[in-house]
Amino acid sequence: MAVTAEAGERTERGGVRLRVASALWRRPWARATLLLTPPLAWFILLYLAALVVLLITAFWQINPFTTSIVRTWTLSNFTTIFSSPAYRSVILRTVGMAAAVTVVDGIVAFPFAYYMARVASPRARTALFVAILLPLWASYLAKVYSWLLIFTHDGVLDWSLRHVGLSQVHLIYTNWAVFSVFCYIWLPFMIIPVYAALERIPNSQIEASQDLGAHTWRTLRSVVLPLALPGIVAGSIFTFSLTLGDYITPLLVGGTSANFIGNIIYTNIGIANNVPFAAAMAMVPIVIMAAYLLCARALGAFEAV
Amino acid sequence: MTTPPRAVSRSTKTALLLAGVAVIAAGCGSSGGGSQAAGSGGTATGTSGLTVPTAHLPVLQKIGKGEGQLNLIAWEGYLNPIWVKPFEKQTGCQVNAKYAGSSDEMVALMKNGGGGQYDMVSSSGDADLRILYAGDARPVNINLIPSWKDFFPAFKSPAFNTINGVHYGVSLQWGPNVLMYSRKDFSTPPTSWSVIYNPKYKGQVTVPDNPIQIADAALYLEKTKPSLGITDPYELTQPQFQAAVSLLASQRPLIEKYWSLASQEIFDFKNGNATLGAGWPYQVSSLKAAHFPIGDTIPAQGATGWADTWMLAAKAPHPNCAYMWMRYISTPKVQAEQAVNYGETPDNKLACGFMNQIQAGSCDQYHANAPLSYFHSIALWKTPLATCDNGKQDCVPYTQWVAAWNTQVK
Repeated sequence: MAVTAEAGERTERGGVRLRVASALWRRPWARATLLLTPPLAWFILLYLAALVVLLITAFWQINPFTTSIVRTWTLSNFTTIFSSPAYRSVILRTVGMAAAVTVVDGIVAFPFAYYMARVASPRARTALFVAILLPLWASYLAKVYSWLLIFTHDGVLDWSLRHVGLSQVHLIYTNWAVFSVFCYIWLPFMIIPVYAALERIPNSQIEASQDLGAHTWRTLRSVVLPLALPGIVAGSIFTFSLTLGDYITPLLVGGTSANFIGNIIYTNIGIANNVPFAAAMAMVPIVIMAAYLLCARALGAFEAV
Repeated sequence: MTTPPRAVSRSTKTALLLAGVAVIAAGCGSSGGGSQAAGSGGTATGTSGLTVPTAHLPVLQKIGKGEGQLNLIAWEGYLNPIWVKPFEKQTGCQVNAKYAGSSDEMVALMKNGGGGQYDMVSSSGDADLRILYAGDARPVNINLIPSWKDFFPAFKSPAFNTINGVHYGVSLQWGPNVLMYSRKDFSTPPTSWSVIYNPKYKGQVTVPDNPIQIADAALYLEKTKPSLGITDPYELTQPQFQAAVSLLASQRPLIEKYWSLASQEIFDFKNGNATLGAGWPYQVSSLKAAHFPIGDTIPAQGATGWADTWMLAAKAPHPNCAYMWMRYISTPKVQAEQAVNYGETPDNKLACGFMNQIQAGSCDQYHANAPLSYFHSIALWKTPLATCDNGKQDCVPYTQWVAAWNTQVK
């Protein structure tokens, strides 16, 4: 008798599990809800809510006496940003720098990725991969400081130029130094997506292009580039947005005109305690990135994705 | 033609994911450096009409048994093992350090009386009043700190930590922002701040990347352009403020670097990027320790400076250990250790002898026995407010200092 009871209990427990499983199997929406709720809640609470709070704060002000936040709606932060020539030039400088870094990284990354994806032997490809990924494991600060040592007064760069008889360039604390460091630091973020795009182009398509009489340049322009475009756009999103928001590189290697959007936000939060103005300034790169993504979509960059 | 784009897209997604992870990893490795910046805004220094919410709180009458723990918010370099280890050994109070990069961070950490988590903060004169008028600091029974009676009179009950005779902490150390010069390039030491505004030294000057620097320009103008009528470099009317800002704007082409970390200025002097600049005694002592021929001086016009206080949090969870710390950190020997290691001036007048024992000549070097006239030549940091000391509302508040620094100077 005892044996039967135990067996019955086991069937009972198994039955509950089975019933839940079959109920979930019959209702795909319930399965999806159960699976998606935790990550979605995380995303909404920690990511979207933070952005919304930022958006709201940008329309507030601080009391200049106490620096406490005054919760009355005002556009004054935005009028300050757009009416002051100094802030306008900071925004233009930042966007110009981000665009220049993106273009140069794209030009450097494409042949590199092409070689890795379609020319190099598997062994060489692995070596190149390690060469690209290894710097990503090093601290950002260590990399920026090593560039500081290269650019400094009579540092590696100027010392070498002097010894081969060329004139010294004194790059330290100029926007050229900031530009070079940005190009170096974000290059892997361009190479990896471009490589991934190039690697998947079937040889047959390139052969077909050649069979149809296209020269190398024509094949590159009409077959390889269009197929690699999603990868290039993906890479450009990284290099552009990372440059747009960075303030540490300008702080360390930049000089007197290295005032970028990130630096304005940093001073307003860290020193002035003017969080509403910093929030308004932070809206600028968000709007620029949104416009950038819309342009990329209009150009058809996401159609293949 | 449908297959290849699919294939491309899948790999692109993978690459995006991979690169995304890398972005996060890269972000984790970086951290912003803060300087010992002057804070901002705050409750009015003109204390009329303001009351300290915690003034009535009872003070400790006798230091009891230690709680075993002490949680301190401090400037980097203020909790050196040289003097923290012996304290832990003596008292059994384990010191837990939280380093803050700016006065604002200190004010934020002290919100809500230290949140029942922090015991004390080593805040500067520009943050103290904000902390105590917010009700985040509690009164201190100064009779329990015997070394206090050996303090220089100016630091026994200074206006930045003592209100109506009630102490909200114990003064710590202070120091000037000095004129630094490379002795390689200046055989005769400069005697005026005018050198950092002189086009002759184009591309060789480094000054702090900090809006409070406007006060340095105002101090210079106070002495060199009396017609402006500046009496306090932290209380500037609009025309006085504009004069200081335009002086700094004209200085900009001479600047090699606006430094935001002490280590940057040390690097620039060592590597010859700068030969002249404004800095803290800490940089001077670090460069001297590295055998760099650095010179420092307080020019004829005087200098700006800071004065720090260990303030007691309103909700300090370990009050006995906190009192033991205040008692310990005020003693001449510990004051001397911190003064020599950090490069600042002790508040305890008996520290001088101990300083010379640690490092010969350091008492003179850090002005620990300087006359009162030296103290009066230093304009200690305070938060610029719209209310001037004369009660008028025509002074320029700190938020405008930051805006001018970002838009007109840099």
